[in-house]
Amino acid sequence: MTDAAPARPGGAMVEFDGVGLRYGPDAEVLSDISFNLQPGSFYFLTGASGAGKTSLLKMLYLAQRPSRGIVRLFGEDLVAMPRHRLPGFRRRIGVVFQDFRLIPHLSARDNIALPLRIAGVSEEDLSGPVGEMLSWIGLGDRSDARPATLSGGEQQRVAIARAVIARPQLLVADEPTGNVDPEMAMRLLGLFEALNRLGTTVVVATHDIHLISRIENAQMMRLERGRLSDPTGALRYPPANRA
Amino acid sequence: MIIPRVPVQHRRLLPDRRLSGPTPWVIAILMMLTLLAAAAGFGLARSANAIGAAIAGRVTVQIVTANPVTRAEQAVALRRAAAAQPFVLSARAVEREELQATLGQWFGAAEGDDPVLKSLPLPALVDIDFVGEDRTGPMRQLQALVAREAPGARIIPHAEWLGPVARLIRSLAWIAGGMVLLMTLASAAVVIMTARAALATHFPTIEMLHMIGATDRQITRLFQRRIAIDTAYGIALGTVVAAAILLLIGLQWSGVTAGLAATASLGPAGWALLLALPLLAIALAALTARQTLLAALKKIL
Repeated sequence: MTDAAPARPGGAMVEFDGVGLRYGPDAEVLSDISFNLQPGSFYFLTGASGAGKTSLLKMLYLAQRPSRGIVRLFGEDLVAMPRHRLPGFRRRIGVVFQDFRLIPHLSARDNIALPLRIAGVSEEDLSGPVGEMLSWIGLGDRSDARPATLSGGEQQRVAIARAVIARPQLLVADEPTGNVDPEMAMRLLGLFEALNRLGTTVVVATHDIHLISRIENAQMMRLERGRLSDPTGALRYPPANRA
Repeated sequence: MIIPRVPVQHRRLLPDRRLSGPTPWVIAILMMLTLLAAAAGFGLARSANAIGAAIAGRVTVQIVTANPVTRAEQAVALRRAAAAQPFVLSARAVEREELQATLGQWFGAAEGDDPVLKSLPLPALVDIDFVGEDRTGPMRQLQALVAREAPGARIIPHAEWLGPVARLIRSLAWIAGGMVLLMTLASAAVVIMTARAALATHFPTIEMLHMIGATDRQITRLFQRRIAIDTAYGIALGTVVAAAILLLIGLQWSGVTAGLAATASLGPAGWALLLALPLLAIALAALTARQTLLAALKKIL
């Protein structure tokens, strides 16, 4: 087990060093988590239900600060970072939630356009990318549909489109293919791979072992009872950084 | 800005329906009561001031000499002597007919021609207004004058018998002011509850907006605008109803031209303050909503 060893930075996009997380007075749900995520890499996060995958992702997409340890994102220490600076970092991260979290009174188009609007992109400039994204996920003719009128798979596609529309530097996805058919799962994975080729670092939490084998050069993180298992050392010492 | 400007596309992030349920109605009722209490407060304060100013330097000399001829002569002599004094602004002998007319209202004879009333030995009265509001010096000089011109006459300062009334009216004005303050606090409390309820209802949306990089300011402006508009509807409604009631009371009041009631009016400053109150209320609501929202958002990472 290499978790106790210090993390080697080396220009990593994300650095976790000795991170622990507990909710209230309970025992830690994550303990001694140390890893580096390199820019432009593709990672799968696996583990049994309750292993702490969602908690780890929450820290990655800045919804949760760790109880201890060091978390650096884009080279900056997030543990001590003041709240008012967090939105700027969040705009560089795309998140696909397990439960989609679409805004129910907004159309599919408006849900997808949300990150661009929040970032201050004009309506003129966002209409093209949003239209293209709608067509790509196969909802071009249902752009005005509210989430409640969409199937689970369609909602998931909208959630993914919303996460990637602003071309994030880091994409975090929690079970992104859980509600779509195998064909759509492969298409979505293809989108993630395409984004990854363009330089986006991708972290996908999944139970689907078949999905993992589809991406070449993807690295795997496995959580077991709140601890990161990295038997190959690829996360801590990726080939590019090995001495 | 009281109602912040939010891009049209961003306004859709909140549902179209009103945020606050019964809030506009509660605010309307509170605003109406606030304006009525404020109007009553202003009117009573002006009345108290008017009475205070009127009675501060006024006395009535009551001549009770038994012989009616002597009594009348003393009244004339006192009025003439008083009017010549430098400390006296004006001196007026109250006519017997005026006294009978006043007493006639209690005797049931409007014209004062009741035989019993006519037979009453009424005192002779002389109203004297001092120059300035300082009564101490002029009172001493008047006592000397009265002792010379109408021995045995009583000097009755109006402040002694109208003073408690003026104080009562002033107390009522303060109570009205207190009610305005309390209702303002109640309105602020309603806005705080509305803001908190809106945050609780829309928490998933807020959380989502946070996750995609929305700032506290962006989220706050969104909610502040909606709450301010909702509140403004209530304030406008309350103001219209209060204005209608005040107009009705004003029309009836304009028929009252005598006694203490005639001294109660709002005056230009009162009307200006009444008109400013709704605007201040909207500003207060927007500010309260903003602070509540910012404080609540700070609890979320």
